[in-house]
Amino acid sequence: MTAIIDYGVGNLFSLKSSLQSIGVPAVVTADPKTIAGSDRMILPGVGAFADAAGKLRDSGLDKVVKQEAAGGKPLLGICLGMQMLLEKSYEYGEHEGLGLIKGAVRPIRDVIPADLKIPHIGWNALGFPKGRPVSPLFQHIKEGDFVYFVHSYYAADCDEAVIATAEYGAPLTAAVQNGNVYGTQFHPEKSGEVGLAILRAFAAL
Amino acid sequence: MITKRIIPCLDVKDGRVVKGVNFEGLHDVNDPVELAAYYSKAGADELVFYDITASAEGRSLFTDILTKTASTIFIPLTVGGAINTVEDFDRVLKCGADKVSVNSGAIRNPKLIEEAAKRYGDQCVVISADVKRVDGKFTVFAKGGRENTGMEAVEWIRRCVDMGAGEVVLNSMDTDGVKNGFDLPMLQAVCDAVSVPVIASGGAGKIEDFITLFREIPKVDAGLAASIFHFGEVNIQELKESLRDAGITVRL
Repeated sequence: MTAIIDYGVGNLFSLKSSLQSIGVPAVVTADPKTIAGSDRMILPGVGAFADAAGKLRDSGLDKVVKQEAAGGKPLLGICLGMQMLLEKSYEYGEHEGLGLIKGAVRPIRDVIPADLKIPHIGWNALGFPKGRPVSPLFQHIKEGDFVYFVHSYYAADCDEAVIATAEYGAPLTAAVQNGNVYGTQFHPEKSGEVGLAILRAFAAL
Repeated sequence: MITKRIIPCLDVKDGRVVKGVNFEGLHDVNDPVELAAYYSKAGADELVFYDITASAEGRSLFTDILTKTASTIFIPLTVGGAINTVEDFDRVLKCGADKVSVNSGAIRNPKLIEEAAKRYGDQCVVISADVKRVDGKFTVFAKGGRENTGMEAVEWIRRCVDMGAGEVVLNSMDTDGVKNGFDLPMLQAVCDAVSVPVIASGGAGKIEDFITLFREIPKVDAGLAASIFHFGEVNIQELKESLRDAGITVRL
């Protein structure tokens, strides 16, 4: 059973439907016992970092997620859910994250040419870092496959954890991994067949 | 690099897909759920549903269709039509929409954009504008193109973006249904004024029209069309291959 962590942010309908469509049993839950009893966890997220991180903390689920991840349970953060895996974010101030991945969340504007639009929205190709084995998350897809992004901030200072990038005036972090903790900046549940193949790989971990 | 997007638009009335040519003379085309699944497989980058139903019964039927569609296809889905309040945003987002497009509702109450952007984020709010030249001036029309608001279009769209709209669908009523190409001067004027993605709508008749669009106005992010896709006049896969051969980045 895959636990989709429900801490009151965003719409989890598409995520649950996409897992169902590939035959992966999933439950949307805020119950610590259910999360503890699950085989793997997905941490979704949309909106502003401070708001989402605050809600996750207020629900007490930040501790549950951290504890389960520390015990080796696979965790996948998606979009803002990925950003929250990092140590901190500089979105409207400075805010603390879960600290499961080394690095910080910074504005895309800082690193891309002024004529490129923000947010980075649409389909972009995945690049895999040279000289590293391909992450198990990508075992069913290939470099250059397209996935769907919507974001204005990106994961910075996390080079060691980067398992995929997307070129948008600069190589932006597209996915990260630290052991059993994974994160995608893009939305696998909105990335057609490629996205489903990524979710299938995660569900097999 | 980010790809140019190809977006089929489905006008849904009482649970069926229709297409208005110059906003009149509707033909029943197909079942929206089936058509959405077909387009998703055919390589569409995104889908737009416009609910042009008037009745409350039709509206709940649309909600069912939306839920069914969103659990079948896994590409971004934008929903518009009769979005007048933040509650309307909530209603369609809960059914699985990713973005919500506002038109007349924002003209009546521009604060709607601000409120929705604050609650759901800029990326969720799409301003859709029906624009027509009146005495040589780009003018915004409301109520499905039936009512002249007298507002200058570029100024209106810029204001919407300032209030938090994260994307613009520009529908030229002058080229809509004519199938002789997108309205390049109108698109250029809007692209010069805003820094969010602009989706071109109205006028596509053949593959070359999309090539011309992306070549002439590189700032345009996406091309939207309806009947040419519904009636098979343009095949999305062939369109994207032609775009790629013309040196335009697409997802294939």
